[in-house]
Amino acid sequence: MKFPSALVVKRSRSGLLGLLAILALPLLVRGANPPDAPTVILIENATILTVSHGSIEHGSILIRNGKIAEVGASIIAPKDAQVFDAAGQYVIPGIIDCHSHIAVDGSVNEGSISVSSMVNIADVLNPDDIDIYRDLAGGVTVANVLHGSANSIGGQTVVIKLRWGQPASKLPFEGAVPGIKFALGENPKRSNFSIPGQTPRYPATRMGVEETIRTTFAEARDYKKTWDDYDKRVASGDKNAIPPRRDLRLDPLVEVLEGKRYVHAHCYREDEILMLLRVAKEFGFKVRTLQHVLEGYKVADEIAAAGTGASTFSDWWAYKVEAYDAIPYNAALMTRRGVIVSINSDDAEEATHLNQEAAKTMKYGGLTHDEALKLVTLNPAMQLGIDKRVGSIDVGKDADLVIYNHDPLSAYAVVQKTLIDGRVYFDRQRDIAEREPREKEKKALMEKEKKAEEKKPAERKPGEKKPGEEKPKDKPKPPQASAVLGGAQ
Amino acid sequence: MKGVKIALRVVLAFVAAFCISHNPSAQSQPSSSYAITHAKIFTLAGAPIEDGTLVIRDGKVAAVGANVEVPPGAQVIDAKGLQVYPGLFDPITQMGLSEISAVNATVDTSETGAFNPDVVAATAVSPSSEHIPVTRAAGITEVLAVPDSGGFDGGGSRGVIGGQASAIHLAGWTINDMLIKKTVAMVVVWPEIRTRTFDFATFSRREKPFGEAKQEYEKQVNELADYLEAARHYAQAMGHGGPSDFQRDVKLEALAPVVRGQLPALVFADSARDIRNAVEFCEKQKLKMILAGGEEAYKVKDLLRSKGIPVILRPTLSLPPEEDDPYDRLLSQPAELASAGVKFAFGSFDNSFARRLGQQAANAVAYGLPYDQALKAVTVYPAEIFGLADQLGTIETGKVADIIVTNGDPLELTTEVKYLFIKGQRTSLDNRHLRLYEKYLNRPKPGN
Repeated sequence: MKFPSALVVKRSRSGLLGLLAILALPLLVRGANPPDAPTVILIENATILTVSHGSIEHGSILIRNGKIAEVGASIIAPKDAQVFDAAGQYVIPGIIDCHSHIAVDGSVNEGSISVSSMVNIADVLNPDDIDIYRDLAGGVTVANVLHGSANSIGGQTVVIKLRWGQPASKLPFEGAVPGIKFALGENPKRSNFSIPGQTPRYPATRMGVEETIRTTFAEARDYKKTWDDYDKRVASGDKNAIPPRRDLRLDPLVEVLEGKRYVHAHCYREDEILMLLRVAKEFGFKVRTLQHVLEGYKVADEIAAAGTGASTFSDWWAYKVEAYDAIPYNAALMTRRGVIVSINSDDAEEATHLNQEAAKTMKYGGLTHDEALKLVTLNPAMQLGIDKRVGSIDVGKDADLVIYNHDPLSAYAVVQKTLIDGRVYFDRQRDIAEREPREKEKKALMEKEKKAEEKKPAERKPGEKKPGEEKPKDKPKPPQASAVLGGAQ
Repeated sequence: MKGVKIALRVVLAFVAAFCISHNPSAQSQPSSSYAITHAKIFTLAGAPIEDGTLVIRDGKVAAVGANVEVPPGAQVIDAKGLQVYPGLFDPITQMGLSEISAVNATVDTSETGAFNPDVVAATAVSPSSEHIPVTRAAGITEVLAVPDSGGFDGGGSRGVIGGQASAIHLAGWTINDMLIKKTVAMVVVWPEIRTRTFDFATFSRREKPFGEAKQEYEKQVNELADYLEAARHYAQAMGHGGPSDFQRDVKLEALAPVVRGQLPALVFADSARDIRNAVEFCEKQKLKMILAGGEEAYKVKDLLRSKGIPVILRPTLSLPPEEDDPYDRLLSQPAELASAGVKFAFGSFDNSFARRLGQQAANAVAYGLPYDQALKAVTVYPAEIFGLADQLGTIETGKVADIIVTNGDPLELTTEVKYLFIKGQRTSLDNRHLRLYEKYLNRPKPGN
């Protein structure tokens, strides 16, 4: 069950399926064409949960040029508007997943060293990952795509919009502050990943994790000083100044010190949470979010005092020792102590029902409907510094909206449409209507492939399947824990 | 000195009270009778009873109805505004067998080797597992502890015959209190054709040609057939000849009820091909089959219906098995199976996610499954599938009183369980999570 991080190429609770999906010949790429350019859209007769200023019964939202142009009880449809009658339906701002590993081509972990700040998830975005579409169908519009957690200081991260059908270059959330993943505890100390016969990687303790981060930031501070000195000399007209050698590992950490890059730190236990807050204070940077932070409820006051956000699970627990004190009341307890809290997925499947996961905080800890909904909309937007653009239904914000057939904080709610920038990227009715033609198209293509193979049997490579032979479809079912233990989380 | 003694006595009393109220498996009161009055009672054996009364006595349902007298001496629970249901039944878990899945020392789910018909889940169920009170607080009153059932808490590699699944109540001082039935099914993990494997010796992925993988699969299936054949011979020999000329084999003995078709084989298979192969195999071997997993059961629904094979469905909250499957493949499958007449129950296949059982069922309703079918698929259907419906699954006179009293739909995310009865005993809803919540809710502000 101890799967090496390198093996967990793609994170999902169904383990290696994601990997197989990548390796499998994609027969069809769903939604290969992005939806049409934004027009004027009017959503009317809906229950609008604005998140920022209460709810509106039988309300309307006017969308123009991808932005929310008007929100109110009654809006007269402009002539050119496409009108969605949402009678009996609910509209919420697009769900923001503050911890995701979708749309990543290959492994999420550069796990060979404990400081891998030189690598960047933004370099390996895969716009064809089917999980983008699946999460979109679960109402997710924005995802904080993170590097894995095998490293004390991990790789650089990127915030994306789930613009399914667009090329990789169109996925990043324009202007969002880039991030970097840190990780504390069992994963960076490789507790669950010992490789037989191999010397354990440093650090192997929580003490060593602190030391690794401190030593690296000491280096980063010195490095920054060499550049600051150089810049000063150049500014004072020194033509003989020699620029310091660029260090791709330290550059992003200098950005952290300058507040230009957010730290998203994977953590579990109260002691390691306080450790990181101390180290951050020592070096003068902010931890933007604590990720998972399953014991955050034990030190909620300290987290609130540090002005740090907390992004946690709804009810995961006991998959490893540091998750044994995890409680489903975590989000509510931290909220009550003044921490800005979000509920994240860390998993492509979990992301498809973050609305439901948020709802659980009403039961566990008594958050209000509004507070619960904020956990997956406005709060993660604030944590990612994109709340001017998204996170609530307000005039001027991006038209990232989800339409449900029921109250979204119910297990019976189904997403009907998901809009990003005013474009309908997911439409349940359209999806259902397209199933039959797609199935036909798939069959036809397979038939064609089969015929093509029958024509040239000589070219078949050894080990390749014979024409007509059933397609090998192995589906190893590793324990779901591989998702969590794989170090991605 | 006297003062010290009194103080000590107070402390001891306090400690004792604490132990009683916090013992995870405590059935805090001795056997007695209860009357739950003014509740809306969903018996699942007929129409719901508005303003009904449920009388529990000696661990059993003594009476239920609209005009039932409260017997003298019964503890009365006025459940006005509340709803009564049979407790939920999770038919595939690793309850008590696994505590912290990453820590081997706490995991007793899967034996080594391919054939372990003689291992019994009940043997290794820890009544003190923190998972038990956490799970029952979600309204789950009974589960199957299933060896070799995979899952988040399921441990690593799997054999072919995994052992005996045990049905247990989620309360009891010892396994003897908890046990419903020691053996309800024999776990069979249907071999898969695996072309991609992971080699732990070299720590690398290995690719195998399909032909080779298929040969290995056939070898495993043949070995399984041989093993069952041996068990069949053994079963025939049992009872013949004297004790001196009969060499006992506990493994084959454990399989005897399986090959006689008395004990069902709980066969784990997911792809349509694997399910078809498993069904064909079980038919040939004359095994009584229950399918577990069934990700692609919808593709073979007619086969499953015609053979009368029930299914324990893997969580609906799962991604589709194939990239080009509809995104809601597993969410809409229960509705499809129900309308095809296939009998199924929902299972968590897990411990720490067992409390999502109701959510799983509700999500299937959201995608077309009739509500009453969803409710039955987490109560009476699993009881029926494992031959326990004479005792469990509905609220009927004479049945074991595993009962929940809720403030709403037990499948909905926000519904709270207000009272819980296991074997007719009012059972604590306290659990590790609630304790930690209350402790840290009251943490004083840290000093400067």
